[in-house]
Amino acid sequence: MTAAAWGPLWLTLELAAITTLLLMLIATPLAWWLANTQSPAKSAAQAIVALPIVLPPTVMGFYLLILLGPAGGIGRWWVEITGEALTFSFLGLVIASCVYSLPFAVQPLQAAFESLGRREIEAARTLGATRLDAFFSVAAPMSRHGFVNAVVLSFAHTLGEFGVVLMVGGNIPGETRVISIAIYDQVESLDYAAAHATSALLLVIAFVMLLAMYVLNQSLAKR
Amino acid sequence: MSVPRDSLSLAYTLVRGEFRLELEADLPMRGITGIFGESGAGKTSLLRCVAGLERPETGRLAVAGEVWEDSASGTCLPVHRRRVGYVFQEPRLFPHIDVRRNLDYGRRRADGERVDFDHAVGLLGIGGLLDRMPDALSGGEAQRVAIARALLRAPRLLLMDEPLASLDERRRQALLPYFDRLHAELDIPVLYVSHSLDEVCRLCDTLVVLGGGAIRASGPIETVLGDIDNPALDAGVSILHGSVTDYDRHYDLSTVALTAGHLRVSGSYGIDTRLRLLIRSSDISVCREHPSQTSILNILPVRIDAIAEGSASTVQLRLAAGPDHLVAIVTRRSCTDLKLGVGDRVYAQIKSVAVRGAAFPPP
Repeated sequence: MTAAAWGPLWLTLELAAITTLLLMLIATPLAWWLANTQSPAKSAAQAIVALPIVLPPTVMGFYLLILLGPAGGIGRWWVEITGEALTFSFLGLVIASCVYSLPFAVQPLQAAFESLGRREIEAARTLGATRLDAFFSVAAPMSRHGFVNAVVLSFAHTLGEFGVVLMVGGNIPGETRVISIAIYDQVESLDYAAAHATSALLLVIAFVMLLAMYVLNQSLAKR
Repeated sequence: MSVPRDSLSLAYTLVRGEFRLELEADLPMRGITGIFGESGAGKTSLLRCVAGLERPETGRLAVAGEVWEDSASGTCLPVHRRRVGYVFQEPRLFPHIDVRRNLDYGRRRADGERVDFDHAVGLLGIGGLLDRMPDALSGGEAQRVAIARALLRAPRLLLMDEPLASLDERRRQALLPYFDRLHAELDIPVLYVSHSLDEVCRLCDTLVVLGGGAIRASGPIETVLGDIDNPALDAGVSILHGSVTDYDRHYDLSTVALTAGHLRVSGSYGIDTRLRLLIRSSDISVCREHPSQTSILNILPVRIDAIAEGSASTVQLRLAAGPDHLVAIVTRRSCTDLKLGVGDRVYAQIKSVAVRGAAFPPP
């Protein structure tokens, strides 16, 4: 393992951790709403959330590049406020990753909230809990397998992201050069030994994470 | 809006598709009020409205002088600020925490009001279950925990939605004595939804009969059961109250003094115990003369107070025994042969008396 691989690895883990954290904050209320609403907007919202699963990463990346670029809506606004561009920056990467991994956070949570039903929540409410209190004290712990799945899938999915990163982030060492890009670079420059090492590392990390998720879920199911 | 302090005053209109609930009632803030009716009559909807779990089209609810809901003025307390203890059909315990923490859930949120933990636990006999997880409890145990959890919330009002319905007959019989104890020892008014006349007759002091989303009859349970002109409830049973004055060990018979006369019932209950006696209408026959040679021990002098049509072959008689009422079913033929009429003084022979709820406090 060359020292050059550690930079991209750390950057990738940092990106995945921040993305997962943000996604939990965004996806939890969104999934709760989707699980409980009878609004006609529900189907449209579900379709939008699921888009990143079916669209090629390049398409997602292209639109994000336009939107986050200095000429795009969000990008221009950001430049006006901070004087810096969102594209080809770590922050732009975080935003793109959140969009791209959103379904992997929302869908497991929504499934968990739907299987929960209203029964225990109603019981909690009649026992004096506010809606928020009932969510944190009853609904969330009862849906913990959904949270485990959402965290692991968002994290692992961000870890392995390539196309969107390349489109939005480019390949700036220490800023946007994540591990999947580094592997691409190594292969391009015919450094197969380094590509082997980095790929194997990513493979092991992904496997260990998924294994941990399934083991954890099995032990939660037994409790 | 006038808000009497000793009553539970409610009025609701709730529309859900084809179903329409529309009712108004003033219920006592003491004892157990049975909400009785077929499934689909609106019993559960009514309870859910009181708890704030349904949003009715119009609603008014005042509990002991406190207005909880008044759609006219836009008042509507959210669920968590209504001090109710809700016991659902299923226990609905929180599966991720043990029994003790389930019990503490409502207690910690009771705004400083405390119900004695050990008393509630003792009342429902769940002291040995505190460290168990809910999935390690039987159906009856889980329901007892759910009742204790509701009590520990320090409610103004207990709402019970067929708490025995999810249990088999054996467990139901095992749980009923706990309800007798709640009735005897607690000072919290209870709305008790049930479609079982047996449960209602055993437990309730007041009865509301629901049908098709409206109130068909309501009042003290003895009065409602004795209202033979109202077709909403053909209960076929009467309730009498009395206290035990004597026990004959040789024949295992207790003598129960009523306001007018006395009855003998099987079993020993302890002198001065207040008993609730259930008498089936079909177990009562009527004689013009005091019968001399009969196997029937219980003969009460009564006055025919009302006569109502029963089936093609029977009529119902309401018999007044002092302030108490008994409903008897006799054949139309006997009624004609004996020339029975309202106001006649006759003798009621009572074949068997069922005793329910042996430990009631004096009313």
